Amino acid sequence: MQLCQRPPRPSARRIVASAGIVGLALTAAACNRGSASDSGSGGEAAVGVTLITKDSTNPFFVAMQNGAKQDATTQNVTLTVASGKQEGDDQGQITAIEDAIARGDKGILITPMSTGVNAAMKQARDAGLYVIALDTPPDPPDTVDITFATDNREAGKLDGQWAAATLDGEPAVIALLDLFDDKIVSVDYDRDQGFLEGMGIDVADPTKNGDEATSGSYSGGDYTIVCNEASNGAEDGGRTAMERCLAKNPDINLVYTINEPAAVGASAALEAAGKDALIVSVDGGCAGVDSVRSGVIGATAQQYPLKMATLGMEAIAKIARGGEKPKPTEGLDFFNTGVALVTDEPVDGVDSIDSAEGAELCWGN
Amino acid sequence: MSRTEPLPLALEAIPEERRGIYDADPVLSARDLVITFGRVVGLDGVSVDLYKGEVLAVIGDNGAGKSTLIKCLTGAYLPDSGRIELEGRRVAFRRPQDARDAGIETVYQQLAVIPALDIASNLYLGREDRRKGLLGSVFRMLDKKGMEQRASRSVQDLGIQTIQNMGQAVETLSGGQRQAVAVARAAAFGSKVVVLDEPTAALGVKESGMVLDMVEQLRDNGLAVILISHNMPHVWEVADRIHIQRLGGCAGVVTPRSHEMGDGVAIMTGATTLESA
Amino acid sequence: MTTTSGSAAAEFSRRQHSPLQRLQHVLHARPWLSPLFLLFVAFVSFFIATPTFLTPGSMGILLQQTAVVAALAVGQTLIVLTAGIDLSVGAVMVLSMMVMASLAEDGGMPGILALLIGVGLATLAGFVNALLVTRINLPPFIVTLGSLSIFTAIALLYSGGASIQASHLPRLLNVLGEGFGIGAFRLTWGIVVVVLIYAVMAFVLSQTAWGRYVYAVGDDAESARLSGVPSRRILLGVYTVAGLIYGLAAWILIGRAGAATPNAIPDANLASITAVVIGGTSLFGGRGRLIGTLIGALIVQTFAFGLSQLGVDQQWRVLATGVLVIVAVAIDQWIRKVKA
Repeated sequence: MQLCQRPPRPSARRIVASAGIVGLALTAAACNRGSASDSGSGGEAAVGVTLITKDSTNPFFVAMQNGAKQDATTQNVTLTVASGKQEGDDQGQITAIEDAIARGDKGILITPMSTGVNAAMKQARDAGLYVIALDTPPDPPDTVDITFATDNREAGKLDGQWAAATLDGEPAVIALLDLFDDKIVSVDYDRDQGFLEGMGIDVADPTKNGDEATSGSYSGGDYTIVCNEASNGAEDGGRTAMERCLAKNPDINLVYTINEPAAVGASAALEAAGKDALIVSVDGGCAGVDSVRSGVIGATAQQYPLKMATLGMEAIAKIARGGEKPKPTEGLDFFNTGVALVTDEPVDGVDSIDSAEGAELCWGN
Repeated sequence: MSRTEPLPLALEAIPEERRGIYDADPVLSARDLVITFGRVVGLDGVSVDLYKGEVLAVIGDNGAGKSTLIKCLTGAYLPDSGRIELEGRRVAFRRPQDARDAGIETVYQQLAVIPALDIASNLYLGREDRRKGLLGSVFRMLDKKGMEQRASRSVQDLGIQTIQNMGQAVETLSGGQRQAVAVARAAAFGSKVVVLDEPTAALGVKESGMVLDMVEQLRDNGLAVILISHNMPHVWEVADRIHIQRLGGCAGVVTPRSHEMGDGVAIMTGATTLESA
Repeated sequence: MTTTSGSAAAEFSRRQHSPLQRLQHVLHARPWLSPLFLLFVAFVSFFIATPTFLTPGSMGILLQQTAVVAALAVGQTLIVLTAGIDLSVGAVMVLSMMVMASLAEDGGMPGILALLIGVGLATLAGFVNALLVTRINLPPFIVTLGSLSIFTAIALLYSGGASIQASHLPRLLNVLGEGFGIGAFRLTWGIVVVVLIYAVMAFVLSQTAWGRYVYAVGDDAESARLSGVPSRRILLGVYTVAGLIYGLAAWILIGRAGAATPNAIPDANLASITAVVIGGTSLFGGRGRLIGTLIGALIVQTFAFGLSQLGVDQQWRVLATGVLVIVAVAIDQWIRKVKA
């Protein structure tokens, strides 16, 4: 991997320059391959599995890919990792699905981008591949064989319940830092609306952010929603979004954030403005858990992406070797890989783990 | 170093009051220029002399080699053989900039002006003057005012009255005015030879007249002018001598006094030769 | 000598143009006037519509939010002036940011050294673009489309997709996020750097021969070459300077975001191009002013911020930006049809 870490070398000569670029591209391609791509030599034949994430930049997906790569060898799985270029790149995922079919893989693990990839997933199933959606259930859910997911709505709910109990009757002045403003994705509304439901606020359409009454009462008292702002799930976006909300109403005392990087940005904006507010988030990456420990984030709902990919891979390997198919968790239309609230200030009536325990279970660096 | 002998001149064909021009040595001399492009002969041993204070027109049919000749003289092409002397000194131009540096300025048919820049900026493009002192040497600041003033003078020297504001963008000028800007640029920088490529081709009657006046002004200012044109009346109006190119060679040099326009065209097209005309 | 702009206007009016033609002439001479007017209208409208818009605190935040894109847009303006376009803006910035941050992470390298390497790398990235454009004669669109992917991939491989929090970085890398101010009106050192970049580059473009050559190469490359302008050297310089500016933008961004993150400003390319275009710089090259770009960047942020204060649905803000771009390009086309 050392080679990958080197920036490009310049050259005044065009041939060297272009050769360098080709070289870099090749290096990049080589580095993209999972360490487990060489098949095992045991008695059983290796099972081909493709993991398709939304992108390869989000630490959540990076962790998912790395976890799967590590586990692939022990499962005797030949793993191919692919992804869209960015959130919204349906075509990149479709291409990856087609590649998997052509390669003769036994199954696909995918975090489907949108309904745009439904047809391709159906095509894969028709071709005999077992398709498992990870993290995000497709719409409709039966487009895939089964979904392995963390329950985003449940994650949001835990945040909301914890926030309501922590405020304990105080009026809540809420900023909602969502994911996108230029596209609508289920994780965005599931977490946001779940949070509000957890607070005991009527969400009107549960699949639409921002259509709630801007004031009313939550389970403990009165609430005001100041804003819905997109953060792009990153620090700079979180900061910009929080600044806009604070300009509208400087009395914000509760901030929901789509993920921990956005929470870090929101915290920076609050600090710059000399304000203090309760911040809740979702994901539970190690950096996020650390933010809980240091008090930047009040509570975060931890999810287990490694588990999703690993369990999914195991399931496909098992089926390919004649085993049973997995079944959805009771009461849900997907296989729940779990969620736990991480906070150092637990409240009655909401199960949680502390940041030390969260750090044991976290993903990413 | 022995100087090349000037080509013979038919001085009796030059008006008496202008014969003095030819007492001096030629400013630019080319001898036996040959250039080929693969199997096509571009120039087949062409010689030409150019004197200070004269307008030498170059005419010829398409493909006769007149623009090839000009390109050899202005550094766009390097001839395979032959020699070029500027003020008695042998030169070999490898690119247009060399010719420019030596004092041969070319006004291309497409003018090579930048429409979005103003007149003064265009006149000084590629050889801007910087401010004096630290502002110029350290901060590389341009002497905009000085350049505008000098640009204004250059334009006035050509007798152009219609251009007043040097800060005007060139794209707001008429075709003739643009031509004037390009010519003023060519004449402004201590140049010895100005080559004009079809300066009236795209212009109306009135503007053509203005450009021809400008050509005479250049000549009267003591420059040597080469005028390439398809327009015979214009050539016969301003040229002192007319170099006729035909089939890669020189079919002869005539003057407006020695030959009628029709004779010139006949020589150019091969309908007759210089001797029989 | 009658060379002042006042007399130019006087000359135009002498020729009895209609009011619309006169406006066209004025805009032709000063293409940044229309965006300035738009910015003014936006300010007045938002001031009337919401009490939280025109406050000292909000104005400070608006400037902070504009800073990074405004810096990137300087590099983009240089390139657009040469009739090129740079799609690798964001990628170069992110690469530079991730490299300087990971070098300095947890005291790994002195901040100043990491900063120099990071900015140097961005400059180098610009130089690589320049070589491809000038030596292999590829269109800038294609070159930067390719380098966009290459630089993005290198940044991701290098960083592993993980962001680095400010608390792990030396103060020098974060310092541009610190600030000063009067009461609620707060500015950051990052804004100061952006203003300096604008001042220096505006001077270079308007007062030096190099600046003139940038316009000349963009307006008519062949004529510029025939006039003795060293076109290749100018292009080489333009892309390299743009890279340097992206590197500075990376530094500013670390301070602003409180982290170095590979996901930063996902729309940096389009945002910078939008600022340039709204600012009245022609995508066909040779026309435009840096001041227009600054106004353009401010307009985009002003609309986003103002509409957010009004509580307008997020998708409508995206739509508003799109309308602005099309109006700006339409005005540019109209201005270019100016007649004497």
